[in-house]
Formats: sequence, structure tokens, C-alpha cells
Amino acid sequence: MQACRLALSDLSCRRGDRVLFRGLNCALSSGDALHVAGSNGIGKSSLIRIAAGLLPAYAGTVFSQGTIALLDERPALDPHQPLDQALAFWAALDGVDHASRDRIATQLGLLELRDVPFRYLSTGQRKRAALARLLGQRAEIWLLDEPLNGLDTAAVKMVEGLIAAHCQAGGIALVASHQPIALPGSRRIDLAGYQA
Amino acid sequence: MIANLFHLLKRDLGLLLLGGRRGGAVLPVLFFLAVAMLFPFAIGPDPVLLTRIGGGVIWVAALLAAILPIDRLIEPDLEQGMFDQWALRSLAEEWIILIRITAHWLSFGPPLMLAALPAAALLGIDGPTLRLVELGLLAGTPGLAALGVTVAALTAGLRGGAALGGLLVVPLAVPLLVFGAGSLATGGQSGLALTAAVSLALLALSPFAAGAAIRAARA
Repeated sequence: MQACRLALSDLSCRRGDRVLFRGLNCALSSGDALHVAGSNGIGKSSLIRIAAGLLPAYAGTVFSQGTIALLDERPALDPHQPLDQALAFWAALDGVDHASRDRIATQLGLLELRDVPFRYLSTGQRKRAALARLLGQRAEIWLLDEPLNGLDTAAVKMVEGLIAAHCQAGGIALVASHQPIALPGSRRIDLAGYQA
Repeated sequence: MIANLFHLLKRDLGLLLLGGRRGGAVLPVLFFLAVAMLFPFAIGPDPVLLTRIGGGVIWVAALLAAILPIDRLIEPDLEQGMFDQWALRSLAEEWIILIRITAHWLSFGPPLMLAALPAAALLGIDGPTLRLVELGLLAGTPGLAALGVTVAALTAGLRGGAALGGLLVVPLAVPLLVFGAGSLATGGQSGLALTAAVSLALLALSPFAAGAAIRAARA
């Protein structure tokens, strides 16, 4: 994996007429992971979307070097298609070959669900399907918004393992989660400390 | 890049064409035929009158049929976060919209042109007029498709977006209707040329308008 960097400097976020947080600084380079904690509505998801470049920052800058992958509450998989077909669309876009797709599906325990239409999957199964899309993208910077929502304890361990492996390989993970999550390096910031 | 656009087109066609989960092409075509069929019932079986208004009826029916799928063109993908994922893969919204217009046109333009044949029989339209109607539809439906996708992007995420979308398309489609149906009255090439010109202008503008609407919906 190529060297990558994600730097947020003096970042502020405004939604409507409320400033959610201000003066946020952080710099991540290859192998780093950061857990963004905080209560509901404090701006964790907005921070992730700003880092992804999908939302303009109210003030401050985002610098990123490397490809970005996003996992949020919307799986971006066609609800009416069988899981395999829905994932195949992204695999085609991301240039994932069959062997890798099978490996990822096995890793995430999705093999038996292949022919099930996506909308019939449970919350946790959907999250795992979205993780399959994320893994297929092979991006350097992972932006994960509540990746543990709806997952059982075994799956939580698996996600923590995936993030650790990603950082081990030289990737970056920025994880917003209100639940505790074990990340390599155990770096953590609480957005409550940056409230306006 | 080109390969990715091909994958997008394949997905869009799968969703919009026959058997697609977003309604498919069958419903607009049946709706089109139903409108064309209602006119003889409402106006009465006067062949002279029907022949005179028939071409215009087909144009109005085509416009109404084009409005039907508007709420399914952009909204579901925006809601499911597809546009965010495409943005992260550096696929410009303008390209995505252009592909969507192509798929949308393929799913309703040619089927409507086919359905215009039985509709013409119902309304007693003669051969030369039918030829003008078909050529007019060929020139006009790409513009209708572009308009439909643009309005779908503008109204995506709004409450009652589908109804609002329908209302927005009608005034914007008036030029197409005037020139398209007008070519029947004058029987000339100029009407067809103007229909095609309006279509091309809509096709050229809509990717940028719809792309900007999608980026605005994100913030």
C-alpha cells in the first residue's frame, strides 16, 4: 500500500445555524487509526463526511493523500438485487477479481447469503455486506461511521481485526463510533472537547 | 473511466428496462396507450375529428408517460448513498446523469415509438402523419428524458417530490410539445428540426443542472 496521509487542521463544522465543533486538529499517516467518540448529534458523522470531501467545512482545511473509502449507515447496495449481484456492481467498478470477491465473502461470512435479495438481510448482515464493498475498494484511507452498529460480538471482533490488518498494511482508519472499539494505537478524541 | 461508465449504463438499464425493479418500461407504455384510448371514448367516434387531433393526442400521451417514472430516476440512488460512493471514486455527477438519461431514454423512447403504432390505429391517423409523429417522437423523446432526469435530480429528497416533479416537467416540456405537435399541422421539416434543436439544448444543459442539484442535495 502506498504512503498515505490525512490531516485535518483547525476544522469547524456548522449545520444549520449551529456550530457543532471547532478547532479540531489531527494528523494521521500510514498505519494510524483514530477513534472519534462523542454522544449523538455532536457531529461525528459530519466530521466523517467533511473528511471524505462530501461536505464543505465551515472553517479549516482537510488534506488527504491516498484513495478514500467510506462506510456509513447507507450501504449503497441495490435493495432488490441478490447480495452477490449488488456487490458485483461495485466489484466491477473497483476492478475486483472473482478470487478476491470469494475471499472477502468468506472472510465476512457472506457466502450463504449470496442469493438473498439485499432487502431481506438483517441489520448486521447489511453492515457486513457494506464492509465487503469497502474491502473490495482497496482504498488507503478508511472513513468508518458507526461501523459497529447492529453487529454481534463476534462481528465486532472481526471488524476490529479488519481495521488492525488495514493499518498493519499501511492504511489509515478514521472511525466515528459512540461505542468502545479497540483500534491499533488506541488513539481517541472526544468531540465534546471541541464544542463551540 | 470508459469501462466504469459502461458498468453504470449496464446497471441503469437493468434497473430501468423491462423487468427492472424501478417500474420498467411497461407501465409508461400502458399508460400511454390508455390515454390514447380514452380520447375516442371521450370525444366520440368521429373519424375526421379524431384524425385531426390524433397527432396532438399522441404527443400529450407521450409527455404524460414520460412523467411517470420521475420519482424513481434519482431519489433511490441518492437515498442509498450511491452518489456519495461514486463521488469518492471520482466519477463526475455529470457523467452519471448522462448515462442515466441514456438509460431512461432507452427504457421509454423506443417503446413509446412502438406503442404509437397501435395508438395511431385507434385514433385513425394516416400514414404520412404517422411518419411525422414517429420522427417527432424520435427527435423529442431524448429531450423529454433529459428533462425528466433533471427534474428528478432537482426534486430528489423533497417531500412530495414526485408530484412536484410532474408539475415542473409540464411547463418545461411545452417547447417540445409546441414544435413536435406543431410539425404535424404544418407538415414540414422545420417543426421536426426545431423539436430536435430543443431536445439537443435540453440534453446539453441537463447533465450540468442535474449534477449541480445532486451536489447541492449532499451539503
